[in-house]
Amino acid sequence: MEEIARLIPVLGKKNPRLAVWLVAIIAIAAPIIANVAVGRSWVRILDFALLYMLLAIGLNLVVGYAGLLDLGYIAFYAVGAYTWAFLASPHFGVHLPFWMVLPIGAACAALAGIILGFPVLRLRGDYLAIVTLGFGEIIRIFLNNLNHPVNITNGPQGIGSLDSIHFCAGDPLAAAGEGVLDALCEWQFGSGLRVGGFKIHSLFLFYYLFLLCVIGAIVFMHRLQVSRIGRAWAAMRDDELAAKAIGINTRNMKLLAFALGATFGGVSGGLFGSFQGFVSPESFSLMESIAVLVMVVFGGMGNIAGALVGALILSLLPELLREVAVPLQETLFGTVLLDPEVLRMLLYSLAMILMMLLRPRGLIPARARYARVEHVREASA
Amino acid sequence: MDTLLQQIVNGLVVGSVYALVALGYTMVYGILGLINFAHGEVLMVGALTALQVILWLMGVAPDMAPLLMLSIAVAVAIPVCMLLGYLMERLAYRRLRNAPRLAPLITAIGMSFLLQTLAMILWGRGNHSFPQLISTEPIALVGTVVITPVQIAIIVISALMMGGLLMLVNRSRMGRAMRATAENHKVAQLMGVDTNGVTALTFILGAGMAAVAGVMIASNYGIANYSMGFMPGLKAFTAAVLGGIGNLAGAVVGGLVLGLVEAIGAGYIEDISFGFLNSSYQDIFAFTILGLVLIFRPTGLLGERVSDRA
Repeated sequence: MEEIARLIPVLGKKNPRLAVWLVAIIAIAAPIIANVAVGRSWVRILDFALLYMLLAIGLNLVVGYAGLLDLGYIAFYAVGAYTWAFLASPHFGVHLPFWMVLPIGAACAALAGIILGFPVLRLRGDYLAIVTLGFGEIIRIFLNNLNHPVNITNGPQGIGSLDSIHFCAGDPLAAAGEGVLDALCEWQFGSGLRVGGFKIHSLFLFYYLFLLCVIGAIVFMHRLQVSRIGRAWAAMRDDELAAKAIGINTRNMKLLAFALGATFGGVSGGLFGSFQGFVSPESFSLMESIAVLVMVVFGGMGNIAGALVGALILSLLPELLREVAVPLQETLFGTVLLDPEVLRMLLYSLAMILMMLLRPRGLIPARARYARVEHVREASA
Repeated sequence: MDTLLQQIVNGLVVGSVYALVALGYTMVYGILGLINFAHGEVLMVGALTALQVILWLMGVAPDMAPLLMLSIAVAVAIPVCMLLGYLMERLAYRRLRNAPRLAPLITAIGMSFLLQTLAMILWGRGNHSFPQLISTEPIALVGTVVITPVQIAIIVISALMMGGLLMLVNRSRMGRAMRATAENHKVAQLMGVDTNGVTALTFILGAGMAAVAGVMIASNYGIANYSMGFMPGLKAFTAAVLGGIGNLAGAVVGGLVLGLVEAIGAGYIEDISFGFLNSSYQDIFAFTILGLVLIFRPTGLLGERVSDRA
């Protein structure tokens, strides 16, 4: 929590508790303010920002804590999303409720993480990076081509009209009846919520759902970081040989890091599928893996606040650029020279290079490598 | 039988291009211990620069002999890429030489995407057709097995360049300086080797060969675009690892082996998998081979150096 408090410049030092509350209030009010100030499309952008935060937290676990550079992280996101598409869409005619699909997706992603983890246990650094990249590409090639001779993934067209989040099995729209239970059964997250005469748009519902997930992830990661496992990862990251020598089972720790990181990817993938209602291989390109990596690196590896801020800035900035740069270019040159997607790539690649050259530890450097030591120092001072 | 022979011919053609690019990876890795992710993009810049020159020449002097046109284009593309290679090393990698291992790697990935983006801005997203200046009329070899003049040119030129590079590294004074630097930076410096100069030279040589490889790929497929460097780059890296990274002869062997495996694999994958997989899965071979090599023989086919870099 203190990491988040430190995000606020002055107040964070003076009154961390108040600073955390401030962040919380802003987070809760954000979609409402965005809706009033700049329109509903920005609520959608905020939703995506939260999904990226969830992804960044997961990748931060693998890269920042365990020191394993993973360039194929988006593959786990894809596994989560496609699990949702298989188990809750008309594609196979299966409509499982979300409380079954999401755990299954997470489990599949974790399994994929272990499958990737096992063969690459001996690799580190550069080699690990390139093998994980290959893994991501293999997953994407399969997603792209598994529509022949048996149609599984529907190929490059992707799978559409995914179910939104709903509670009951079967075709949710068919289950119409009386009473609260049936109403709950019938209710689809994507159709919004009607309380009395007041209708809440689904974008807001998704926002708060994603926010809850992110908060859960933050708490989980925070506890994990100071636990035995978190410290074992830190030891492994800093010196693998020494970590082995003091009895840390580096093999299990690496597998655990891959599996847990992948689980985060799987959950966010599932949420993405339900939110978007459509999945296609295009959403899981190498560029997306890189984007999440840049978020983690940009914010500062190995700390939650860094991952959060990196994800927030780098998912909002391209949208801001889109709003500003396109009209600006039209007035200046009379035509759009650089489209927003190009700008986004430019921004990300420059962020990677310049950050490494100028501030290699990121926007918010991980302050304490070992949380324990920090406490001891503060106590004795 | 003819299918197999045809795939072997195709494999040798693709393999010699991989080998040429792989030499660039391996030289840089040998000297800096850095995987220059952006090496494939240098290839792309080479191809697109050559294309630009050819288009210009076609406008200015439409009667010029095609071979001369291509030679001029290559002669322009090589120095452009060399300059690019030098700038990359000088501006981005040199400053990170003593940084933690993750930093130059991330910079290199950023560089690769930066070059792709810049190419996208300069040349647009679409495919450009690359003029077929060397004939692509198939010549019959044995039975139904064919080879095109472009492919013959690719094999011959690659072989010449690779031979030249091996000579340079193994026989010349400059090559000795390179080998010394690869062995030990500090000691080489103490012996009076200008290690910074050697490093820059490595980048320049690698970039020059990548430029030629880019023109070859573009002439063979008749297409050039901003993302054409990425896959060959990865494949060439795989070839370098396969042969034993840091080992020049290994890069050549690795490139040829990878090209053959890919071509033969693509030819037979449908039969092996009972029609379930087809040749669109071709790219999987390189990644699978890479994984397997790194797991079972991390030093590659010819390498003896144990690379344990974090």
